Amino acid sequence: MMPDLPAWAALIISLLLVVAGFFAVTGSLGLLRLPNFYSRIHAPTLANTLAAFCLVVSILIMASFVEHRFVAHSLLVSFFLIITSPVTAMLLMRAAIKRQLRHEAEAQEKG
Amino acid sequence: MNQILYLASVFALGCFVLALSLAVIRLSSGPTAADRVLALDTMYINGMLILLTLGLHYNSPVYFDVALLICVFGFVGSVAMAKFLLRGEVIEP
Repeated sequence: MMPDLPAWAALIISLLLVVAGFFAVTGSLGLLRLPNFYSRIHAPTLANTLAAFCLVVSILIMASFVEHRFVAHSLLVSFFLIITSPVTAMLLMRAAIKRQLRHEAEAQEKG
Repeated sequence: MNQILYLASVFALGCFVLALSLAVIRLSSGPTAADRVLALDTMYINGMLILLTLGLHYNSPVYFDVALLICVFGFVGSVAMAKFLLRGEVIEP
């Protein structure tokens, strides 16, 4: 199952995995606990960037040790996330602002 | 030494599953529609992280392709839903 790795590589991979899990839980906890949408949209970016990057680097180290050469294809996931997550965040924030303004206008018309 | 790696990957898997279930709670109780879309976005990211961790755990290269596909199509889905919330239509004439 798991290949034999040198001790320092196993330690580094384990540390990166633990840090990635911690960041993912922190991001989702922020998503659950923060008071309104504009502060809630900050929290999952922790999972988007830091947790994914730590996990990708640990996979890179592991694959490089298994195949005895530098394997960088796992950086592709982090690259995609870095490109795509600002676009999603920007569209969601514009949608939230526009819908809130529409609701306020409707409330003013009614009363 | 592999025992540490095994324990760390199991710990990371548990953390990602916990994060996924917290996002599910936000998805079911979100006050506005944008909150639900944000929770879905977090859920696909966490599912992708779970798949990457499984690929590391079982040392198999198959999971990575699935994670890459989820990464691309999850972005497309999130953008489509955000565009729908913004304008009421996904593809405008």
